[in-house]
Amino acid sequence: MSATDNPAMVTVVPRKRRTVEMFLVLFASALSLAAYAQVDLNVQGHLPTNLTLVAVIAFVLPLLAHAAIRWRVPYADPVILPCATLLNGLGLTMIHRIDLINDPPSTGATQQLLWTVLGIALLIVVVAVIRDHRPLQGFTYTLGLVGLVLLLLPLVPGISSGDVGGAQIWIHLGPLSFQPAEVSKVLLAIAFASYLVEKRDVLALAGWRVLGIDLPRARDLGPILLVWLTTLAVLVFQNDLGTSLLFFGLFVTMLYVSTQRPGWAVIGLVLFAAGAVFGYFARGHVRIRVAIWLHPFANINESYQLIQAQFGLAWGGLLGRGLGEGRPGLTPLARSDFIATSLGEELGMAGLFAVIMIYGLIVSRGLRTALACREPFGKLLAAGLSFSFALQVFLIIGGVTRLLPLTGLTTPFMSQGGSSMIANWVVIGLLLIISHQVRRPVATTQDVDPGGELIFERPGQVSDSEETQAIPATRGTGGTADDDQPTQIHVRGGHR
Amino acid sequence: MSEITLTIVKVLFLALLWLFILFVASVIRSDLFGRAVPSADGARQLQTPDRPRRAKRTKGQPRVMTITNGPTAGTQAELAGGTIMIGRGADCQLLLDDDYVSTRHARVVAGGENGVYIEDLGSTNGTYVNGMRITAPTSITLQDTVRIGKTVLKLET
Repeated sequence: MSATDNPAMVTVVPRKRRTVEMFLVLFASALSLAAYAQVDLNVQGHLPTNLTLVAVIAFVLPLLAHAAIRWRVPYADPVILPCATLLNGLGLTMIHRIDLINDPPSTGATQQLLWTVLGIALLIVVVAVIRDHRPLQGFTYTLGLVGLVLLLLPLVPGISSGDVGGAQIWIHLGPLSFQPAEVSKVLLAIAFASYLVEKRDVLALAGWRVLGIDLPRARDLGPILLVWLTTLAVLVFQNDLGTSLLFFGLFVTMLYVSTQRPGWAVIGLVLFAAGAVFGYFARGHVRIRVAIWLHPFANINESYQLIQAQFGLAWGGLLGRGLGEGRPGLTPLARSDFIATSLGEELGMAGLFAVIMIYGLIVSRGLRTALACREPFGKLLAAGLSFSFALQVFLIIGGVTRLLPLTGLTTPFMSQGGSSMIANWVVIGLLLIISHQVRRPVATTQDVDPGGELIFERPGQVSDSEETQAIPATRGTGGTADDDQPTQIHVRGGHR
Repeated sequence: MSEITLTIVKVLFLALLWLFILFVASVIRSDLFGRAVPSADGARQLQTPDRPRRAKRTKGQPRVMTITNGPTAGTQAELAGGTIMIGRGADCQLLLDDDYVSTRHARVVAGGENGVYIEDLGSTNGTYVNGMRITAPTSITLQDTVRIGKTVLKLET
């Protein structure tokens, strides 16, 4: 019996959509370049002198990443890379625009470009070398420990940069300064994911039931309390509300996703509330942040930056002043923490919402990958990474627009800073490899013919909508998501 | 630049920004609803690479490890790769969702001179061949039954 006359065979070839990705990347690069040219045209009255060089860089860098994806993970999600490219390009443009305020212009954009190069290089490494996220599951405790150490590194006397802008989150090694929490975010997301995959059953089932909430056994609770205490230590000793919130939110969400118990979200919120109240009364820093959020005009000295940012947004209005026509320089730290309001001033609400929308698209594709993922580790990792990305964007953009108390987080891909840039490109790389593993065709062999003849069929589908529809059919009703883990994967010649 | 050009350029840029988002959204949309593919395409892709594999196969040799009993009965993994990892970890070829199974529980190695043998990787609850807990790599044939946790596995041709 040949494969062709088997009626059960599903004949849907996966959509790789690599060409679409290439066009979108080119579009994103062109947009970034247009923004760059517009800035110089408006500020200096002529096109930038190094336009050709910048154009080459703007097109070649993302295309290199695209080539790596086409080569190693051809089934990866096609819209993640273009979105990240555009965000990065707009961020670079904005930093360049703020550079031009100084006379002579500062070189922030050049530095940031170097970090971008490094970030894209790391993306290529992740895509080309790691390629499959599953082996990462073997390094649970190593990655977790390294992540926690990195998180607490800014407290170590010799290498700590001390108190910068109210928070102690930087380390310096020689001439380089680094924000280790950003890297730690990625490591801990991987560690949490593999830890929770191992422990999800005991966390969900074993333990006592108190007030309708399932509490886990004390020994399972240990690592969770350790994470909580670490984030509290970050809050108390590093004065960093944002990082503390980000890590704790990441962990609680992943707990919730893996155990599917709302009880965990409740415990998490209670622990967070306890930490926040403690922080509010124990640390003047947190109290000031809350005060300037609620009453920005009560104390102009403390909230100067935030007020300037609000004026900037108001001055930008619906369509913005136009790139290069606003005055983002009036806001201190316009190029790092407050880059979103600088964008809001020059591109207006329409532009800022577009940027938030692009963040949303990246997050939605990450969550889509998590939904479609058939094994728990990849599912949890994709969900955790995209959720932490979303939470970070929400906290910082919410902070600068005075929706939330301001927390000193970085705006992914935009604000000036190397550690954030490379960490986020690695996040994108991880999402790409997970989505490749999820979307690529899998084939299981099933000996349905009594004569022992092989029949190949494709259970989980390929272009992803069919996938979600096909899973209930192939999975037993009581089974968990990993029941239909492909038992083997054939290398199909020609298209891999 | 005059005020009017500035405004035009500004609005044009914003429009392009949103056009990008619309493009991305349409890509996602087409991804959601899938695409009809001529079935000949799929058939060709499925057929060609597998022929040599079938030709090489010899009768009577163990070819796959099959789960014959347990929650995931029917699942198979090919011995052609040389090694099959069995356990709860995502990197295992035979993934058993069973609380009595360790993350990397056991390993089946094929292709050597000794035929196929199974090796326990220091699991908590042990690996049983024909009801006996194994302590060293044990060779298995088509007749032997392997039990791991609540799952029973067999070699098959």
